[in-house]
Amino acid sequence: MARVWIPALLRGMTGGQSEIEVAGETVGALIDQLEARYPGIRERLVEAGRLRPNIAVVVDGTRSRQGLRQPVSEQSEVHFVPAISGG
Amino acid sequence: MSSATPTIEKPPYRVVGTRPIRPDGVDKVTGRAIFGADVRLSGLLHGRVLRSPHAHARIKSIDTRAAEALPGVKAVVTGHDFPDPQNKVAASGEGTVNLRSLAHNCIARDKVLYFGHAVAAVAATTPNIAEEALKLITVEYELLPHVLDVREAMRPDAPLLHDDLRTNEMGQRAETPSNIANHTRHERGDVNQAFAEAAVVVEREFRTSMVHQGYIEPQNGTALWNADGQISVWCSTQAPFDERNQLAEILGMPVSKIKVTPTEIGGGFGGKLSVFLEPLAAMLSKKAGHRPVKMAMNRAEVLAATAPTSGSYIRVKIGADKNGCIVAAQAWMVYEAGAFPGSPVDAGAGVIFAPYRIPNVLIDAYDVVVNKPRAGAYRAPGATNAAFASESVIDELAEKLGIDPLEFRILNGAKEGDRRADGPVYKRIGFIETAQAAKAHPHYSAPLAPSRLDPEGKNPAIKRGRGVAAGFWFNWGGKSSAWASLNPDGTVSLIEGSPDIGGSRASIAMQLAESLGVRAEDVKPAVVDTDSVGYNDATGGSRVTFGTGWVAWRLGEKLKQQLKARAALLWEVTPDQVKAEAGVFSCNGRSITLKELAGKLDETGGPIVASDTFESDEYGPGFGVHIVDLEVDTETGKVQILRYTAAQDVGTAIHPAYVEGQLQGGVAQGIGWALNEEFVYDAQGHLLNASFLDYRIPTALDLPMIDTVLVEVPNPGHPYGVRGVGETPIVPPAGAVANAIYHAIGARMTALPMSPARILEAQGKA
Amino acid sequence: MNKIPVQACINGEAVVFLCEPNQTLLEVLREELGLTGTKEGCSNGNCGACNVILDGALVNSCLVLAVEAEGKSITTIEGIAGPNGLHPIQQKFLEHAALQCGICTPGFIVAAKALLDHNPQPTEEEARRWLAGNLCRCTGYDKIIRAVLDAAETLRNT
Ligand code: FES
Ligand code: FES
Repeated sequence: MARVWIPALLRGMTGGQSEIEVAGETVGALIDQLEARYPGIRERLVEAGRLRPNIAVVVDGTRSRQGLRQPVSEQSEVHFVPAISGG
Repeated sequence: MSSATPTIEKPPYRVVGTRPIRPDGVDKVTGRAIFGADVRLSGLLHGRVLRSPHAHARIKSIDTRAAEALPGVKAVVTGHDFPDPQNKVAASGEGTVNLRSLAHNCIARDKVLYFGHAVAAVAATTPNIAEEALKLITVEYELLPHVLDVREAMRPDAPLLHDDLRTNEMGQRAETPSNIANHTRHERGDVNQAFAEAAVVVEREFRTSMVHQGYIEPQNGTALWNADGQISVWCSTQAPFDERNQLAEILGMPVSKIKVTPTEIGGGFGGKLSVFLEPLAAMLSKKAGHRPVKMAMNRAEVLAATAPTSGSYIRVKIGADKNGCIVAAQAWMVYEAGAFPGSPVDAGAGVIFAPYRIPNVLIDAYDVVVNKPRAGAYRAPGATNAAFASESVIDELAEKLGIDPLEFRILNGAKEGDRRADGPVYKRIGFIETAQAAKAHPHYSAPLAPSRLDPEGKNPAIKRGRGVAAGFWFNWGGKSSAWASLNPDGTVSLIEGSPDIGGSRASIAMQLAESLGVRAEDVKPAVVDTDSVGYNDATGGSRVTFGTGWVAWRLGEKLKQQLKARAALLWEVTPDQVKAEAGVFSCNGRSITLKELAGKLDETGGPIVASDTFESDEYGPGFGVHIVDLEVDTETGKVQILRYTAAQDVGTAIHPAYVEGQLQGGVAQGIGWALNEEFVYDAQGHLLNASFLDYRIPTALDLPMIDTVLVEVPNPGHPYGVRGVGETPIVPPAGAVANAIYHAIGARMTALPMSPARILEAQGKA
Repeated sequence: MNKIPVQACINGEAVVFLCEPNQTLLEVLREELGLTGTKEGCSNGNCGACNVILDGALVNSCLVLAVEAEGKSITTIEGIAGPNGLHPIQQKFLEHAALQCGICTPGFIVAAKALLDHNPQPTEEEARRWLAGNLCRCTGYDKIIRAVLDAAETLRNT
């Protein structure tokens, strides 16, 4: 199962848990699983069927461009971080 | 000059690592290069902008009749001439921009939000007439209370800039309006417990002022809204494709109607990622009967009304155990977003502790609007503010623990497998190597550099000190597209879409030359308009030599494959039997040079072209470690930089001279930020120093030679090991200078700039 | 507004132009004469991007009125290269990679020409002092100073 790091501001929804093991083959599937356990959490991450524009997902140390469709493996570590801006 | 520290054996490149003269060089040293302000079109009109004299006011009415009646005036526009785009977020540089905010920033609708906010624009036959016409426009304002300080702006009773702005906390919108646009938190472990158990804890608060990128070429844009509805724009931009999208949204036109031609660009540093004048020029062109309109800002407009970067308030607390291992770090960061949300505070939160391995972390980051220009990106946006704070505290911790400051950084330095403060685990990074290279540099063991202010060493008021600091930047890959065609003489025309802001034509052409097996001079690069090449992300985020260079490498490989097939045809063998090495194709004892083969294109099947588009995520971050010697005149507060060394893990340096130049330029900007630069507003919110006389950037006299150490740890994620280099070097200087000042005068500086007045104050002499 | 005729020698050629009394030399060079190699960075004498040589003296053309050019001789960046190619200063700027964006480059090259005309063997400190009126935001000046000192040496040896 992939290990999802729950962003600090969402830990209120997971009873303070910061890392959660979730089954799923894509980031989207992981979020669906989380939603089943912690209703409301999807809305915090997803808007109009996509990751919120100011959120990026980092899977195994690499920021993904595929958003919810990003494949994850059993050993994957998944982080939701702010989409940063640069110049 | 640079001393290279080769840490691994480099492959025997023929082109990579050499220093050819840049392809656009002759045009740039003879004055022939066409920058934005040099564009000439027939029937050209000149546009000027009327700007708000107030920091915050409601626009009750605008009367443009007298201006329109002035002979020579061809069009006047106000906010009402533009459609009102939806709240929609688009890519900009490495981040995003809200297009509605951007539209309202280009020209105010019902409210002006900062001194210099555009309220109307005029096009006339001469610049003088346009200027005269501005004086004939009457705007009736209702003044509103304003707020300039971020912490005041956070208070519940602060004047609100936007009635509909609610604090976003990871997807949750607050109930009531606020100037706090966003709050982000990173938390790992338990900082409170770790601090309680730490042997040493240092906590300080820091302030930095809004500063400007200070590119020498002012913003400009020329637009033609043709009678057939096609809009052509020529401008100095880092991001022609992003600007095309922005224009489409702001003008309410499809992207297919808009063509952006990037001219040569006189510096950007993140300040030329979005439109300012271009939509106004386009709308004026339409209203003026489809005549082209050219607009250019003056320096005062550039400073008051473009996209400077955030001032900030940062509190940092770091604790270490008695062995010198950092056990916890906490930061509370507030950045000025200016008039619209979107400061680089999240980037600041991502970098503030990035060089170190820290088990317990808590970072809170707030994006707060104030009545100042909309903050933009500035070279490693958000990072210099953050590193000034954290590197000052790191230095103090090292001192308290009695550990050499570079040794302390190496002891706690992050490496592959360590966790970044904001969560993810590092892949291959070169921080330790970089810190070691700095420590091994002769500068670090040399006595302090000799005084410039007091060469005889007789003046007791002159005190000298040395400081070090580290810095981190994420870098970026981004999307690049390009194409190439082989000419019959064996040269290659390379068509790309990345504006060349610092020699990238050379570094990109060199990568194609290396992969194809020709000389750098045999590749002729051209940067073209948005209709003539596939999509390219901005020239920003230190991505072009990495990302567009990657595409150039692939183009070289593709051309080479086709040439192999041609040689195979000549020799009646299969392409895979043909070998290509340094521009010579061979098989079974026969060989033919690339030039000869190119001369046979027609008889072997016609032209050879290749195109490609690509985005890689394997860009990898960059680390820098800097050493500075300086002297302080304790009577005047003046600081003179005496010696400077910047070490950085640069991956593979394609054109080392331009890599050194990136480091030197970033250092110079960082020193300006550290010592002099700041926006000074009066109580009414008027910018008081909107000129290069009063907004003082470093001159040749303020700086010594800047020594660079290119630590070449090749990036495994790029065919030639390229890593972004442009942004990291601006991150450490403010911290390094602050630490050096401390070692000179014994006072910790906690505000930028560390101006003479502040230095006197720190010594209790103000 | 009445336009005033002005005769001057620009880059070795006799030129007559019409200008308004309040027009700067920078404006006329760029807008009337099409010599856009001279750049505008500030219009108030603080950046040096608009440097030209006026009767042997280095000036900021944004601070000179066009009418003041009457009877004078002006060298702009377009007049620095000779019939046989680039001037050694230009060549050294290229070899040392002394430009990144290149917007400050015309001003620096003109200023360096004026420096070396005055002082063929400047020290680093003298070169820095002379060029302190020219702002460059890209390079940190290191490679510019090296290029100028190297060009001085080349010129002395030819
Ligand atoms: S434009 Fe003349 S000095 Fe800046
Ligand atoms: S090279 Fe860009 S300002 Fe000097």
